[in-house]
Amino acid sequence: MAEAAESPGDPGTATPRPLMRDLKAVGKKFMHVLYPRKSNTLLRDWDLWGPLILCVTLALMLQRGSVDSEKDGGPQFAEVFVIVWFGAVTITLNSKLLGGNISFFQSLCVLGYCILPLTVAMLVCRLVLLAEPGPINFMVRLFVVIVMFAWSIVASTAFLADSQPPNRKALAVYPVFLFYFVISWMILTFTPQ
Amino acid sequence: PFEGPQRERALVQLPAEVSGSGASGRCCLFKEAGLCPEEVEKVCPPDLRFPATRRDQSLRAESEARDFLAPAGRRAPREFGDTATSLAANPDATTISIEDPGETPEHQPGPPGGSGREEDDELLGNDDSDKTELLAGQKKSSPFWTFEYYQTFFDVDTYQVFDRIKGSLLPIPGKNFVRLYIRSNPDLYGPFWICATLVFAIAISGNLSNFLIHLGRKTYHYVPEFRKVSIAATIIYAYAWLVPLALWGFLVWRNSKVMNIVSYSFLEIVCVYGYSLFIYIPTAILWIIPQKVVRWILVMIALGISGSVLAMTFWPAVREDNRRIALATIVTIVLLHMLLSVGCLAYFFDAPEMDHLPTSTAAPNQTAAAAKSS
Repeated sequence: MAEAAESPGDPGTATPRPLMRDLKAVGKKFMHVLYPRKSNTLLRDWDLWGPLILCVTLALMLQRGSVDSEKDGGPQFAEVFVIVWFGAVTITLNSKLLGGNISFFQSLCVLGYCILPLTVAMLVCRLVLLAEPGPINFMVRLFVVIVMFAWSIVASTAFLADSQPPNRKALAVYPVFLFYFVISWMILTFTPQ
Repeated sequence: PFEGPQRERALVQLPAEVSGSGASGRCCLFKEAGLCPEEVEKVCPPDLRFPATRRDQSLRAESEARDFLAPAGRRAPREFGDTATSLAANPDATTISIEDPGETPEHQPGPPGGSGREEDDELLGNDDSDKTELLAGQKKSSPFWTFEYYQTFFDVDTYQVFDRIKGSLLPIPGKNFVRLYIRSNPDLYGPFWICATLVFAIAISGNLSNFLIHLGRKTYHYVPEFRKVSIAATIIYAYAWLVPLALWGFLVWRNSKVMNIVSYSFLEIVCVYGYSLFIYIPTAILWIIPQKVVRWILVMIALGISGSVLAMTFWPAVREDNRRIALATIVTIVLLHMLLSVGCLAYFFDAPEMDHLPTSTAAPNQTAAAAKSS
């Protein structure tokens, strides 16, 4: 994320332009995740802003209230954050140890951006939960989460699978599956207090 | 000829029934290579032609370099994909083959340590894996602070992982999991990800099962019980690493007192334990069924399968020892395994009978808490 080429002593134009450019880069990558095709944009121009925004959004929406006295409730903000980031780091380490030729931050970038469908699912679930609770409510949420889970998997494997040696692809993809499955489970079982 | 302690290890005491004379004598492992003292007349019969310990690698390497050992033919391919691996690892080396397919029945189940045939099976694996170790020992030479060092523990292909999982699900009597499947290439991929999957399988299945059990009650409010994930993770990973550590320390200590033929490295033990936990993943998912009988049958089946994998792996390592210590070790291994599964069942899965009690505990809003804490 290179800084603007303008001199630092130029107050009028320096600050807004890099921000807009970065936001546009993030938005472009969101589009690449939503419509996954074989392109190198996510890998070549990696950045971690998108994953950070997504992770914070997801954790904010998934956390239970601080005044909650129920010990066995859903995850706290920090727990979601830790799961997402440590999960991504573990998967990256795993794929590098298996001999993949993807760099550490590229892999984090891809995994983080591919949480976007699940964040959308979380938003939809939150909206659906405003309606009448019941089995139909649950079915709708289940359907949405399953579709978004499949979308995340497809998007991330489109980017990650090529970087693995061919006889170890399944070994590298399975942890990604587990990672998104756990996040989907957290989204599906979210119950507002 | 060999000198000193090497010589002692190259000479093997023949049991009476093998020497045929009614009195046992000594045979020499490397008679054909011309490496044995003259007064030892007998060549070791094929049944006993095995390297005693890993320290005999140098002896064998020496004899093979002289190319005197007659190639006795390779064993029939016994694993699905590992022939390629072993051929790649041993391009020129000859194999000491113990079985001729016509003579020796391979899968003869017998009491462990009873007949010599079963010894051969395990020790044959020992032989091959020692050979692979000899060549594999050269690949793990990176210092431990480099990334390449850790890459050697992930040097497995997809089919190898599947083979190892299959081996942990189908224990064959007399086949040693370590020698057959791991073959000096212990990986950390399997243990780590099987444990991770198991953690989430137990936590999610427990949550689902509790939800289904308490579904009809009006006072029940669903909670995701997220805290149990970290508890499950602590339990499973502690079991998968600390128990192998303790077992390895124990075996090393016994090895210093009793010369054991088979000895395992720490990573191989971690590997066996990791893969033996695989059976608990489907078991945990099936534990959702809220019937006590079904759950206990599942516990028995899973314990039977994984316990037998562990027992058959570690019996050769303690067989030479005092019989009571050997038995106590195996019993402890199986007992710890049972403790893990029963403990997980009791803690993460509520008892199904709670649903059918005519009277619950005093206050209605404590019912859910009481049910969860049982």
